[in-house]
Amino acid sequence: MGLFNFGHILTMKWFAAQTDSMSALTQRLGLPLRGIPNRYASKTFRNGVHPPEHKSETDGLPIKQFPFAPLLVLPTAQHIGAPSKIIVREGQEVVRGQLLAEADGYVSVPLHAPVSGRVRKIANVPTVKGEMAPGIYLEAFPASGQEVLEGEGIDYKTATQDDILQGIQNAGIVGLGGAAFPTHVKLKVPDDKPCEVLMLNGIECEPYLTTDHRVMLEQSEDIFTGIRYLLKSTGAERVIIGIEANKQDAADHLSRNIPEDLPVSVEVVPVKYPQGSEKMLITALLGKEVPSGGLPIDVGVVVVNVATTAEIGRLLPRGRGIQERVVTITGPGVEKKGNYLIPVGTPLRFVLEQVGVADDLSEVYLGGPMMGMAVSDLDISITKGSSGIVAFTEKEVSRTDKIYPCIKCGYCVDACPLSLNPSQLGILAKFEAYDEMADHHHLMDCFECGSCSYVCPSNIPLVQYFRMSKAIVRKRAAAQKEAANV
Amino acid sequence: MFKQTLHISTSPHLKRSIGTDDIMRNVVWALLPTSAFAVFSFGLSVFLLLMTAVAAAVLTEHVLCRLSGQQSTVDDWSAVITGLLLGLTLVGSVIAIALGKFAFGGLGYNTFNPALVGRAVLQAAFPVAITTWHPAFLDGRFSAIPSSTLALPFMEPHYDAISGATPLSAFKFDQVTTSSADLAMGLVSGSAGETCAVLILLGGIYLIARKMMNWRIPVALLLTVYVLSGIVHWFSPEAYPSPSFMLFSGGLMLGAIFMATDMVASPLTPPGAVLYGVLIGLLVVVIRLWGGLPEGVMYAILLANAISPHIDKALQPRVYGTVKKSKAA
Repeated sequence: MGLFNFGHILTMKWFAAQTDSMSALTQRLGLPLRGIPNRYASKTFRNGVHPPEHKSETDGLPIKQFPFAPLLVLPTAQHIGAPSKIIVREGQEVVRGQLLAEADGYVSVPLHAPVSGRVRKIANVPTVKGEMAPGIYLEAFPASGQEVLEGEGIDYKTATQDDILQGIQNAGIVGLGGAAFPTHVKLKVPDDKPCEVLMLNGIECEPYLTTDHRVMLEQSEDIFTGIRYLLKSTGAERVIIGIEANKQDAADHLSRNIPEDLPVSVEVVPVKYPQGSEKMLITALLGKEVPSGGLPIDVGVVVVNVATTAEIGRLLPRGRGIQERVVTITGPGVEKKGNYLIPVGTPLRFVLEQVGVADDLSEVYLGGPMMGMAVSDLDISITKGSSGIVAFTEKEVSRTDKIYPCIKCGYCVDACPLSLNPSQLGILAKFEAYDEMADHHHLMDCFECGSCSYVCPSNIPLVQYFRMSKAIVRKRAAAQKEAANV
Repeated sequence: MFKQTLHISTSPHLKRSIGTDDIMRNVVWALLPTSAFAVFSFGLSVFLLLMTAVAAAVLTEHVLCRLSGQQSTVDDWSAVITGLLLGLTLVGSVIAIALGKFAFGGLGYNTFNPALVGRAVLQAAFPVAITTWHPAFLDGRFSAIPSSTLALPFMEPHYDAISGATPLSAFKFDQVTTSSADLAMGLVSGSAGETCAVLILLGGIYLIARKMMNWRIPVALLLTVYVLSGIVHWFSPEAYPSPSFMLFSGGLMLGAIFMATDMVASPLTPPGAVLYGVLIGLLVVVIRLWGGLPEGVMYAILLANAISPHIDKALQPRVYGTVKKSKAA
């Protein structure tokens, strides 16, 4: 088994080298890259796209501690699920690591103080969605030593499954890849569906972002400790760490450091967006498809992001909560690009002031450029799910955005990783045939990766149509449910 | 600092740089060698013909857009293709744009390939004129314009003296075959752009390499024609032409590569594209071998255009995570 894995990594390396030289060649010839890696590697998923990566700008820069902002903005909804319940009062002094808000129910996580300071105000705070939401303004003590309050640690050797899940929830841990779904919920494996494979997601397919890359290089100890907790809580038999070929150094580093007693293998897959999606990663590594409307556990898999795993390995032994996260700050509009360890709640304005921005700054995205959201207000803050800040200048966004009619070129059909028909869905959305889209064209399967919009030569904002259509379908379903209950 | 206003837009914030106008422009580039060869082999008159066809197509689109109060759409280059394609088979740009494209709602909404609609109307209205061909490589082709060319189809031309039978009609009506090599190189008579298969193929390969053409359509189409006519030829070599003759004669190459692949009027799912190609191939063979016309490419494509939306509907790719073919109605 070990030999097999080793040989496999070698061949993948060779494949990757081939693919790279092929890519370079095709790029020089101005040919699109689609389809070429597939010929060499069986480990992939259907369709997908190859946006320019721009990762080399920051992937060699070690993680640096970011300074503390004088005032932190902490919304209580930093995760999917119920917002946490505030348990501090205005004027109260808190220590770094102290609980500010507790979990409100099962699908919810608590919020810890990222700095020692004073609660200045409990009020509505700005969020990336553009709406105000309940939260806390926390004033940092400038001269404080900022040592962290520790709680009761959890030892993976003696803890039970439930201890670990509870510990993960108590630490306020959510998926750090961007979705910010409470990790303990994801790890709760149902009795009738055993978890066979624990998959660590080190794909980081969003262009520009390099946080997972740096975490894998610098925090491998934490990752392997995290794996011990995850193995116990899921009951998985083996672990696969999936990494894209553009992070070969991280793959090498992790494979060299796998502890003897852990059933871990590292697999390198060809670069293709959106491989970081759970479904795509499972298909690439195991050749299985998650059923439409189902979850990874339906095929015996639980997928956890590498940075989330590292966080579990770091926090649980000491009973700490999340206070900071690694964020890639990059893009042509940023002067001091890099990977920074930034306290949760740091306002974007402070972040950009520290790193410096270009004069013709035009758009700022929270997250990657493919799925991240454009920011309209710099008073919003870094939250647990913020993996990157990408700033574009006028030059990058001043493209002609004339929308042509759909010419049925089929580029979107060849791009959709789920083999949906975005062209057809787009036409249906125009006619507001939302039920038809959901019932006959798998609208609700769309996870909004944006590949269709990326390739559309007519500049049709397909994924935006689908986002709106999905929201309408959900709203209608909720209204129907309500009507049925009355 | 931060005096600028931040703009917002919806994700994705990256965009591949190939636009619809790029695709259309590249199709024009791909047609240029064929057009150049047409001018070379048939002379000055073809040059005038192509210019007229393109100008008429572009002008018609512009005027119709303005008349209907829309912004002119000539900058997407698709009218140039229609004009050029039509010129390479014959004139009729006005009809093509007005009836084949604009009446359906313009680019993106045309059910049929506009150039073929234009040609079909011409063929119905002026059957003799449109199927009268000049022999290729006449001596004075660059200095003189045959009197009938520009007047066609509005007067009775004296075509007997200068017209050459096309290889297809020669075969159909006189049982004369032409060598496939001559056909491939374009050393025969026929419509302006239909003769040199090699140059057409070159244009097609360029577009396929740039991912601006669905390769499945021409491949399926040409294979079907080759295999099917091969079988028929094997059964009765005297009565039916050889498969390579079928492949390189008439408008098949131009049709397979530049007309059947009209993105708007062809299916967009991979299995749909294959079926569509096979269907056209089938129709071409049937019309050519057993129909009343020597050439069937135009009608074959138009018929397939008509059912292309239904092919798309029936042959959706299997959606990720579903077991059987999706029941997309």
